[in-house]
Amino acid sequence: MLLIPCPWCGPRDEAEFHYGGQAHVAYPENPAALSDEEWARYLFFRDNPKGLFAERWSHTAGCRRWFNAVRDTATNEIHAVYRVGEPRPVTA
Amino acid sequence: MSERTGRAGQRSERMSRAGQRSERMSRAGQRSERMSRAGERSERMSGAQPYRREGATGKTLRFRFDGRDYEGLEGDTLASALLANGVRAVASSIKLGRPRGVYAAGSEEPNALVQIEEPFPEPMLQATTVELYDGLVATGLPGQGRLADRPDSARYDAVHAHCDVLVVGAGPAGIAAAGVAARAGARVILADERPEPGGSLLGTTETLDGRPGREWAAGEVAALAALPEVRVLRRTTVVGHYDDNYVIAVERRTNHLGAQAPAGMARERVWRVRAKRVVLATGGHERFVAFAGNDLPGVMLAGAARTYANRHRVLPGRRAVVFTTNDSAYAAALDLADAGVEIAAIADVRQAPGEAWAGRCAARGIEVLTGHVVTAAKGEGEVSSVEVAPRLETRGAGGGVREIPADLLLVSGGWSPVVHLFSQAGGTLRYDEELGAFTPGETRQAVEAAGFARGVGGTGVRTLRACLEDGAEAGRRALAAAGFPVPSDSAVPSDSALPSDSALPSEIAAPSEIAAPSEVSVPSEIPVPSEICVPVAEEEPAAAPAEHLWLVEARGKDADYRTHFVDLQRDVTVGEVLRAVGAGLTSVEHVKRYTTAGTAHDQGKTSGLLTSGIVAHALGVDVAELGTTTFRAPYTPVSFAALAGRDRGPLHDPVRVTSMHEWHVARGALFENVGQWKRPWFYPQPGEDMEAAVLRECAAVRESVGAMDASTLGKIDVIGPDAAVFLDRLYTNMMSTLKVGSIRYGVMCRPDGMVFDDGTVIRLADDHYLVTTTTGNAAAVLDWMEEWLQTEWPDLRVHCTSVTEQWATVALAGPRSRAVLARLAPGLAAGNDSFPFMTWRDAEVAGIPARVCRISFSGELAYEINVSSWFGLALWEAVMASGEVTPYGTETMHVLRAEKGFPIVGQDTDGTVTPQDLGMEWIVSKKKADFIGKRSFTRADTSRPDRKHLVGLLPEDPAVLLPEGAHLVETSAPPEPPVPTLGFVTSGYRSAALGRTFALALVSGGRERIGERLYAPVGADLVPVTVTSHVLYDPEGARRDG
Repeated sequence: MLLIPCPWCGPRDEAEFHYGGQAHVAYPENPAALSDEEWARYLFFRDNPKGLFAERWSHTAGCRRWFNAVRDTATNEIHAVYRVGEPRPVTA
Repeated sequence: MSERTGRAGQRSERMSRAGQRSERMSRAGQRSERMSRAGERSERMSGAQPYRREGATGKTLRFRFDGRDYEGLEGDTLASALLANGVRAVASSIKLGRPRGVYAAGSEEPNALVQIEEPFPEPMLQATTVELYDGLVATGLPGQGRLADRPDSARYDAVHAHCDVLVVGAGPAGIAAAGVAARAGARVILADERPEPGGSLLGTTETLDGRPGREWAAGEVAALAALPEVRVLRRTTVVGHYDDNYVIAVERRTNHLGAQAPAGMARERVWRVRAKRVVLATGGHERFVAFAGNDLPGVMLAGAARTYANRHRVLPGRRAVVFTTNDSAYAAALDLADAGVEIAAIADVRQAPGEAWAGRCAARGIEVLTGHVVTAAKGEGEVSSVEVAPRLETRGAGGGVREIPADLLLVSGGWSPVVHLFSQAGGTLRYDEELGAFTPGETRQAVEAAGFARGVGGTGVRTLRACLEDGAEAGRRALAAAGFPVPSDSAVPSDSALPSDSALPSEIAAPSEIAAPSEVSVPSEIPVPSEICVPVAEEEPAAAPAEHLWLVEARGKDADYRTHFVDLQRDVTVGEVLRAVGAGLTSVEHVKRYTTAGTAHDQGKTSGLLTSGIVAHALGVDVAELGTTTFRAPYTPVSFAALAGRDRGPLHDPVRVTSMHEWHVARGALFENVGQWKRPWFYPQPGEDMEAAVLRECAAVRESVGAMDASTLGKIDVIGPDAAVFLDRLYTNMMSTLKVGSIRYGVMCRPDGMVFDDGTVIRLADDHYLVTTTTGNAAAVLDWMEEWLQTEWPDLRVHCTSVTEQWATVALAGPRSRAVLARLAPGLAAGNDSFPFMTWRDAEVAGIPARVCRISFSGELAYEINVSSWFGLALWEAVMASGEVTPYGTETMHVLRAEKGFPIVGQDTDGTVTPQDLGMEWIVSKKKADFIGKRSFTRADTSRPDRKHLVGLLPEDPAVLLPEGAHLVETSAPPEPPVPTLGFVTSGYRSAALGRTFALALVSGGRERIGERLYAPVGADLVPVTVTSHVLYDPEGARRDG
């Protein structure tokens, strides 16, 4: 079980969190202006890298805040956590 | 039934084997008599325990095994007690039914599986880990056990713990590591699976500081346990090692006490430990070698025999042949010789065993056959002789083969470091050529192995001093990593060593940064005893390199390798492994899955490497290249009872009840689980079944008035200046135009346009809405709102709060509902014009402050009366006291809404249904520029004409009820498979109002099929149905206003 450093509460057990998939997939400014393919990319397509991945987590059994984390999907190491709206930090 | 019969069959087979066993026992008796006549040193010949060495002390314990009564001694395991009584065949194998005896002396045991019968049935335990207690009743198992047929009344619990250093294994390395860390003031947990500390020391006669190893270990650990920050967990197996040093251990607290277990004490306890640093001092497992008959009772791992002789003072046999690939078996052989076992010969695969060992054997008159192998263990049901031959390359034409009479064959195929936890934690393993085994490699976790678990010793033989020193080193590194100053003198007592600036770093340095031993001062040999004495000589002799042999070539009739066992518990032979490789499998993972080798409950602890070795041999590749299978938790089996802990029965999941619950119970309601809520399902009157009760309740609402407890509906307060904007984005329809005092039904979709939830929205003020959700989806809707607010629209000034439990709600429905409400709320102007549909009013109802909403989920004139949940029961009782209101449950609610074609999200929808599919285009705003889901409604897929639409179905036989989930096909005779399905039934009921059955269904192009006849396969029948509109009752809405 991961020990996830919530940016608001500090390190907590993974069981307190809810996973939210890839981070930085913004809701399009004007969905009506998108082609079907562009809209489908927003709806259905997500990255699935082996290695560093910026993803969303919510501390559902704690502060109930959403935040972002950069996790290495191969080792589960969390390299950074940051608040919603902040840019993805540079990680090794 | 057949299983039972089969088991009974096996049992009678086993009984007859037990008969043979008793014959064998008397043969064993004769044998020992013969031996004592032959002038052998006399053994304790008490008839009760003929194989017990003299000088054994301890209380006598009585136990029963396979229906026979025996005696053992305090401190015995079931295995040692059975061996003391000369019981050789303990269990039988799962596929072949071959007799199997005790093979090992710990949790790596592959053979001796038993079922405990008393005091509480427990299947699939290893006789080697069951501590003997008075009154124990057990049976040997034919591979599989059986679960108890009565509930387990014992308590199981769990503890969460944190520590600086977790040391797994209280052998020499673990004690040394824990000692260094604990004396510097670190919070230390030392866990060991055995009843007493000492690890490998328990099986030898080594001394430390002049004390027997067992005493030394007990003293050291007692001293550690006295330190305030140290927790010593005995009988505690670390079974899982997960990310970020999250470690699961199971402590067996009362199992060893049998019927004497205190009732209030948890039988087993799960420890969930988060450790800054983990030291794995898990030692090694001895391996066997594949040769013909290597599963016969009497074949035993050499180290295990040594443990039985030294620790339990039991002789596993009288006359032994030793078969080894390394020096470790010599120590075992000499210890056993001292204990009184005649060592007939040592067959060593090497041309050159360690010189010191060879010399000692010569001095004792023990014949050492170098360059020899055991080609077969022979005997009827147990070992009676051992066939020994020179190795194939030097054997010549069958020359030099000898058959040596013996009742014991001790095997050492080398030792494998116990790397299970290291591997589970994500560490890589590397093959160590010298050791002939896999050792820990790289890991990102703050964990390291110490002592033999790290492969210390190098030659495949554990060297005590090296293990102690390595453990102390690991302890020092763990201290440094956990942020403690490393003591220059570890003998300093803990109190003074506690650092004043003990603030721990927020981040733990990566292991690579701190692991360099040069950074750590290595001053202290204090935790390492100054004097270590291996009693056979004054010091441990230099070991000669081991030779790694997995397989002894078959001779003659064994040519198909049918009795060369690789996995004893799964009955996997070399023959099967070779066939797997012959079939083209080249990965050890594939061979494992194909043959099941390594998948039994011992998880191949003694045999995993053997499988790799034989696959590598067959493929002609190196074991290092082939690798090993992945180690997965749990290390040893864990009972479900322990995992469940106290989360059983009513504590398994929270149960939510409304404030009216006790009334429903008193009125005999049956309940339906909706999420965690208990909702009244229906209220049967005497003599009524469900059908009769629901028809009566439905008729009451349609013709008079009924009341339902609707308190479980999710309720969320949405408050803030931007609440209207927020809800416009969430719902498909417009919420900003809703007037204060009014109510609007709304549907929420996911961005893909599929219906997610529905409910009513009440506008309480310009900046205050109350949103209701479906009962089961309340938490998900609140999460959904929070997610959009926090991640996409943080600029919106809105707060969302769950108020589900703050409000109790009574739905009052039916043509007489206005009259009932008017009596209860004389101050409320309840007329249709003054209180129109889809509005709400504050009022006093039965003297209780209430918010009354005119909402209908049945099509009838209806109200929902909301009060503080403290007054819920009072309101309900007041409504019922009116005398004319029929209580109704969720089933009636479902029927009534289905008659009106109102869908239930999650029943008539499944995440692939749009509002348009439900025939609800009217709820999708054309005015709003955007809302969640809008863009998806113009996708090609959501505008396909053959999408499934919600329609009604009328079976042609009005008495036939369509089961939910029934599929619909076009033809009256089933076509050739695959049969194309047009859709399926989502709801099916009997209707009092329609006087017949009906159903709702999702049907491809359903609205275009209205009037068509379709067929629903139900069992063997094809039920003809007519497609209709989904609104079957009062389509004009004439009943809404009463």
